[in-house]
Amino acid sequence: MIDVIDLYKSFGALQVLRGIDITVQKGEVVVIIGPSGSGKSTFLRCLNLLEGPSSGKIIFEGIDITDKNNNINKQRQKMGMVFQNFNLFPHLSVLANITLGPIKLKNIPKKKAEEDARLLLKRIGLEDKANNYPSQLSGGQKQRIAIVRALAMSPDVMLFDEPTSALDPEMVGEVLEVMKELAADGMTMVVVTHEMGFAKEVASRVLFMDEGTIKEEGSPDEIFSHPKNDRTKEFLSKVL
Amino acid sequence: MEFGFVKDYSQYFINGTISTVVIAVLTVLLGVIIGTLLALMKISKGRIPRIIASAYIEFIRGTPLLVQISLVYYSVSFPKFVFLGIEMNRFIPGVIAMAINSGAYVAEIIRAGIQAVDKGQMEASRSLGFNGLQSMRYIVLPQAVRNILPALGNEFVVVIKESSVLSVIGIVELMRSADIIKAAIYKPFEPLIVVAVIYFVLTFTLTRVLGFAERRMKTGD
Repeated sequence: MIDVIDLYKSFGALQVLRGIDITVQKGEVVVIIGPSGSGKSTFLRCLNLLEGPSSGKIIFEGIDITDKNNNINKQRQKMGMVFQNFNLFPHLSVLANITLGPIKLKNIPKKKAEEDARLLLKRIGLEDKANNYPSQLSGGQKQRIAIVRALAMSPDVMLFDEPTSALDPEMVGEVLEVMKELAADGMTMVVVTHEMGFAKEVASRVLFMDEGTIKEEGSPDEIFSHPKNDRTKEFLSKVL
Repeated sequence: MEFGFVKDYSQYFINGTISTVVIAVLTVLLGVIIGTLLALMKISKGRIPRIIASAYIEFIRGTPLLVQISLVYYSVSFPKFVFLGIEMNRFIPGVIAMAINSGAYVAEIIRAGIQAVDKGQMEASRSLGFNGLQSMRYIVLPQAVRNILPALGNEFVVVIKESSVLSVIGIVELMRSADIIKAAIYKPFEPLIVVAVIYFVLTFTLTRVLGFAERRMKTGD
């Protein structure tokens, strides 16, 4: 579904990504772990071109999205993204946050979009918050709604950029629960996270990144129980 | 001091006040249009629009309003015509000059208001598939307005006061009314006091109304 070919990214003199090649298959849950500054967030943000790669190619569903002739806005509709800081739109109600994309971009009638949004809210148990504003919600609620907002566009893949890092500890569970359900439903997901428990339980594949490259990849069992790379071993010994 | 003249010349004060308020309203409206264009140019990706906008803003802010008004007034010689009892050949260039001036300040207010919106908002919008323009329209600008409106209110107050400079090109606003009465009653001081009080009542009322509106907007969050 996503093919990343020889991806490089630098900010000025700072080389953040140094040659990344991976393929994400449909239905896979790819979890990226690694120390801070290893480039994992930058890599994720390159996947939907929030950061423009310095060189290399990203092929999404057969279309080279790094080619300027292809309309990235169309492709982004199929790639949901969830941010560390939620980034809900504070001037819009929860319902409007969720329906804005479908109404304006997919020309879905307002009534239908709102029905769909309410169904999604019901799935995460927040249907009573439809008319609230983001400032009235807890962090965990905001993030679950941010996930639903991305889902409302019916994306083919969901990208998660440290979705639980800005949350109070007691709210991490409710967000991970929603993500687990998504994975169980067969959604293709790429997740950057520090939640090793989530990686072990849900990932179909774990990538360990350090210094802008993928140092090691494999099944959760291979990475967590039998890491081969020294850098992976060192990192895991610190976080587990 | 003797203020008996106020009654005899009340119509002058009233007309002058109306004129000042109308000038200020038109200036701010036109200034917002010019300022929005400049602000969008200044935050755009293109080098040339950015340079043009910066040059405009720097030049206007670096030269006196009095000079700008005279430049506009003497560079276009409108034929004399009167409409609604107003000498439009003075009024139009006067308002244009004020708007050109105010636009530069408004541009900075709008630019700051847009840039104060968290970058994550634009990213979230783009990640949904909105293009840059749609993201501005649906996500960034509605939030920027909340930052911009209070500062724009202050600009309104500034424009009311600075419009007094327009008296030099003969527009009969408040300041010019005082001059006329001064000449008629041979007293320089009293008409100016009356005018100063009127300016103060205008700006003080406006400041209060703005403060009230700002508090209302905050609680609406």
